[in-house]
Amino acid sequence: MHTSIDTRRIVRIEEIVSETPTVKTLVFKDDLSYAARPGQFLMVWIPRIEEIPMSAMINFKEGYAAVTIRKSGVGSTALFERKEGDVIGLRGPYGNEFALGKNYKKILIIGGGTGLVPLLRLASFAIKKRLNITMVLGARSKKEVFFEKMARKLLEPVRSSVKICTDDGSYGLKGTTVDIMSTLLRNNTFDCVYTCGPELMMKGVVDLANKNSIPVQASLERYMKCGIGICGSCCLDSLLVCQDGTVFNGKQLSKMLDFGISYRDKDGQRICYS
Amino acid sequence: MNIDDKNNSLSVELDNVRLRNPTMLASGILGISQSIFERLYRENIGAVVTKSISVSPMKGYPNPTVIPLGGGSYLNAVGLSNPGVDAFSRELSHNKNIPIFISLVGSSEKEFSRMVKTFDSLNILGYEINLSCPHVSKMGMEVGDDPEAVNKIVKTVRMNTSKPISVKVGVGSVDVIELARVAIDAGANIITAINTLRAMSIDIETMMPILSNRIGGLSGNAIKPIGIRCVYEISKKLEVPVIGCGGVSSWRDVIEYMIAGATAVQIGSVLGSRGPRIFNQITKALLNYVENKNLKNISEIIGIAHKY
Repeated sequence: MHTSIDTRRIVRIEEIVSETPTVKTLVFKDDLSYAARPGQFLMVWIPRIEEIPMSAMINFKEGYAAVTIRKSGVGSTALFERKEGDVIGLRGPYGNEFALGKNYKKILIIGGGTGLVPLLRLASFAIKKRLNITMVLGARSKKEVFFEKMARKLLEPVRSSVKICTDDGSYGLKGTTVDIMSTLLRNNTFDCVYTCGPELMMKGVVDLANKNSIPVQASLERYMKCGIGICGSCCLDSLLVCQDGTVFNGKQLSKMLDFGISYRDKDGQRICYS
Repeated sequence: MNIDDKNNSLSVELDNVRLRNPTMLASGILGISQSIFERLYRENIGAVVTKSISVSPMKGYPNPTVIPLGGGSYLNAVGLSNPGVDAFSRELSHNKNIPIFISLVGSSEKEFSRMVKTFDSLNILGYEINLSCPHVSKMGMEVGDDPEAVNKIVKTVRMNTSKPISVKVGVGSVDVIELARVAIDAGANIITAINTLRAMSIDIETMMPILSNRIGGLSGNAIKPIGIRCVYEISKKLEVPVIGCGGVSSWRDVIEYMIAGATAVQIGSVLGSRGPRIFNQITKALLNYVENKNLKNISEIIGIAHKY
């Protein structure tokens, strides 16, 4: 029977992977999440505690998907503390997706932290199209690096390169993802740049891509109540991350006054990134 | 995106303000951002109603706050989250041409008077007083179920503004027509009917209520016949303009509400599946309807059902 994305599915957490001391991946079986497009998100219900938007993480088993959570607020901490066998609720996947142009041959993927989640799903789609993929994974320091093994395993079947960079140089290349991107652009041409991570990092990537006239797409994150275009919490200018995004292109982003500048908090006030 | 309505055949008059067409954004939906209001206006909306604003900012309830129930119905207990009167007055401070009604919510006359004094110099059409939110204590319906409090609050707002005041009524313990009559007698010009209805949803797997607040308000397709009935009764008994609200998801629903007696019609939950462009689609379809029925103006159908 066809299940609507709005139907709440209760799933059991079958496996938990500790990525770093503050990041975990929770694996579950759910056909709709398995089929999620890159950039789409799930509304994840932690019964009687919270419901939070989470990008749909890939899993190598058919019919399975995951969420990767960094412990921070009430909802994410509660999710982080779930044990194998616990249940969570899911609705979605919602939102649009990263677009892979028909004539694209070589793409650059740049992500940081849990922002890598939609990018790994994107990579899994790009591989099917046999694209040449360069992936940059950024972190503040060595202990914050995760998904390296997964990225390498995922990209193995195609012409690809995985580059790790840390701000303090404790692992991989020293520098920010934008520094690495800048170096890469000197000797390579890419058909498109895809990014997800901390907003100020994405702002840097988008500005650099726009400056070099390279198509760029970014998957944005905002606080959401509904996930379906009703509450308005996730607005950037006149666009909604849940319904018009999560993926926006370089042209849209360059016009947005809120991008890299401000977001709405739970009561709807505009707050500036410090 | 442009609608060619040279003869203003869709324009309607609400108290002393004219809307270019009868479609309005229902309060509680997307209502915190001037940029979003401008987008809705580009989609040919007739007017917007903001989220209900209180004196102090409110964070609302923890999630889950909105549940899609399927079949075009929704359950919510957002908890009146809003940025508060001062931040919201800054949000709207550059408004030039967007027709905006500010929805107000509060517990005392003092709060309403403070808000209207702050908002009244802004470029807005008027106010909608929320006396019917069914899931926040000491606000909304808990005020609406007390006719004496309704009388005092509406009088206070009236004393502080010459702009149109609509009072949004719901199906609570006080008869909806009685409540509307109290509001009109106290100085309201328009009645908006209806708000969501108290409702609940439980997950049978975990056996837990889904909303963090347990109880919320039902909206969408499921409540439309109740809204139609309330608009029909209110507009038949009281000679005031009524704004219909509840379960409008297509141009046909707009027409049905108008035939029942609504001068304008608010649209909300359906944005969850159709997005802001629904206003453009509905407006275009209304224009077709007017042409097909050979009407000079859509207002000709308001309250036709009263004959039967």
